[in-house]
Amino acid sequence: MMKHELGPTAAGGNPVTGPNAAGLAIEARGLVKRFDGFTAVDGVDLEVPAGAIFGVLGPNGAGKTTTLRMLLGIIDPDEGLRRTLGHERPHEIAHRIGYLPEERGLYPAMKAFEAIAFLGALRGLPLGEARSRARALLDEHGLGYAAERQIRQLSKGLNQGKLEETIRRLAAAGTTVLFSTHVIAHAERLCERIAIIARGKVPFTGPVSEARDRLPQQVRLELARADGRWRAALPPDAGREGAFWHFSLPPGGVEPLLRALIEREAGILSLSIERPGLHDAFVAIAGEAAAKALAEEKER
Amino acid sequence: MKLRTFHAAWVIARRDFVAVIFSKTFLFFLLGPLFPGVVMALAGGIGAQVADAVDNPVIGVAMSAEDSARFERASAALSQPLPGRIPLFRRVAGDDPAAALSDPDKPLVAVLRGSLAEPELIGPPDQLERWRGPVALIAAEARGGLRAPPVPIATRAVRTSSGSQVQARVLTAQAGQFVLFLLTMLLAGMVLSNLVEEKGNKIIEVLAAAIPLDALFLGKLFAMLAVSLVGIAVWAGAVGAVVAVGAGALPSLPAPAVGWAAFLALALVYFAMAYLLLGSLFLSIGSLATTVREVQTLSMPVTMLQVLVFFFASATVAQTGRPLELAAAAFPLSSPFAMVARAAQGPELWPHLVALAWQALWVGLIIRVGAGVFRRSVMKSGPARGKKERRSLFGRFRRRTLVDTRVGLAG
Repeated sequence: MMKHELGPTAAGGNPVTGPNAAGLAIEARGLVKRFDGFTAVDGVDLEVPAGAIFGVLGPNGAGKTTTLRMLLGIIDPDEGLRRTLGHERPHEIAHRIGYLPEERGLYPAMKAFEAIAFLGALRGLPLGEARSRARALLDEHGLGYAAERQIRQLSKGLNQGKLEETIRRLAAAGTTVLFSTHVIAHAERLCERIAIIARGKVPFTGPVSEARDRLPQQVRLELARADGRWRAALPPDAGREGAFWHFSLPPGGVEPLLRALIEREAGILSLSIERPGLHDAFVAIAGEAAAKALAEEKER
Repeated sequence: MKLRTFHAAWVIARRDFVAVIFSKTFLFFLLGPLFPGVVMALAGGIGAQVADAVDNPVIGVAMSAEDSARFERASAALSQPLPGRIPLFRRVAGDDPAAALSDPDKPLVAVLRGSLAEPELIGPPDQLERWRGPVALIAAEARGGLRAPPVPIATRAVRTSSGSQVQARVLTAQAGQFVLFLLTMLLAGMVLSNLVEEKGNKIIEVLAAAIPLDALFLGKLFAMLAVSLVGIAVWAGAVGAVVAVGAGALPSLPAPAVGWAAFLALALVYFAMAYLLLGSLFLSIGSLATTVREVQTLSMPVTMLQVLVFFFASATVAQTGRPLELAAAAFPLSSPFAMVARAAQGPELWPHLVALAWQALWVGLIIRVGAGVFRRSVMKSGPARGKKERRSLFGRFRRRTLVDTRVGLAG
């Protein structure tokens, strides 16, 4: 087993029921999980700050669910350490954690308020109180009208919009939200920090902006002339699409390039510098295959 | 187990119970046993015929040694051309037919007294009716064959005999075992379908994130037991109503040795034990399987095992106290069946207390082991992998890494 260490807890080493001294709600070091010889998770490190909306981004089969299951304490890692809300046995504080898989995982015939009350009852609330709190929660989030509807009658679209709104509200109130998705747009829209996971490993974890900064900015240049001396001034990765040229921003910046183009009479019509999106960053970090799998799942 | 586990198990059991009982399909579920009921009636009839054919009813002979020997010889001579139709004869000492008929150690269906010239058959009316003709035939054979003049058989009815009681209670024992088997097989499978459905739509995942998996296992098991008991209550009520309306038209089973009230109470408890044992096995299987096909593949051996266990227990009926019956009572899966048969045939209650304690021990053990398998297996459904890995259902057993989720980083 690899030697891993977690940071100190707020109480000075003993498991406590809150974030650790570094303000992390979730920590994982070198998590490994194997199933029948197949390594589903292979040395995952994660640090989720308390109160953050943190996205775990990767295609199906990348190890997202298994990682989450280990962080929730549903299963134990074969190797590595984890600490959730300062607790090294996360399942013992399961009543403090809410979990919703993408497939919902709710009884389709149950009414919406009953489903919420049931989850409350599982976490120790008396059923009567759980029911009244469920109704109050639905009202609070503008979903009171759906209280008596069966889960199967609620559209996924309605859930999605409300879910994002709820996630933002919860995070604003100090709740840590760990958000697992294979939809890049969701992660880009919601998360402050992400972990990109592919083939059981985490090649990147950090702020979304840092992921995007991994790639150089892209220059989009429109010229009046089709050819000339100015061609030699363009960087080697420049590619043409009609009147537009695309290339990475040179290390020296755009000004030397502009000077050269002007001197050689290229006829600049427009120039824009674009920051790469999370999709481009994902392709660069996780590879084409993972990005393709992600795109296919989104289409499904 | 912690209080949290029991509380969570109660929440799961309450939800499952209410969801099943108030579902539309529960009505169909209640109607389902009508078909096995017909099968049971047919099988019961066949069983009774078989019992009639294979039993060797014994008639006591309270006559002189010479007459007794002639009866025994004649019986042996006729039993070859008329197999299963000729009773055995055994000489009984003393001159008290009632005492001979009530001796439980040497069960007799009737007693023949007097002499070869003037025999008198003493026994319960149904036995007199059954054996009067064969005895006349045997008496004629004993007197010199069919050329001898027919012998008039005088009869005297008594209330009952140990032999007829034993025979009759075997029927009750068989019926008790069969009903127990049918109900167990019919109802124990419910936990399996319930679990596979919840695994498929990820409900198990949400539950597993919130509560200990042991609680999930216990909750599901006891919820389905409660549903089963509701079903049994409804079916028993229906049978009771039919009996009340047309009691005369229905064949009645002989009273079990412990009395009807104690027998039914014991049968209910034995059903619960059999259900919990089998249900635990099915739940463990459900946790290993990810598809309906896998469930079918894995549950087949358990179903076949249960059928074998039933046959084993059936074979021990009417062998109370013999090694085979004791083995059936000791083997956990057959114990409820063997003991329900014993309740029909023997009046003692203390063996049931011992057996129930023994079965409860095994129920606890199997639930614990089953919950362990469940805990290790139910969340193993990982991502879709290559064909080679997906097909290796049985390879999983060889290479499984066992992880106890109760042990955290310190473990």
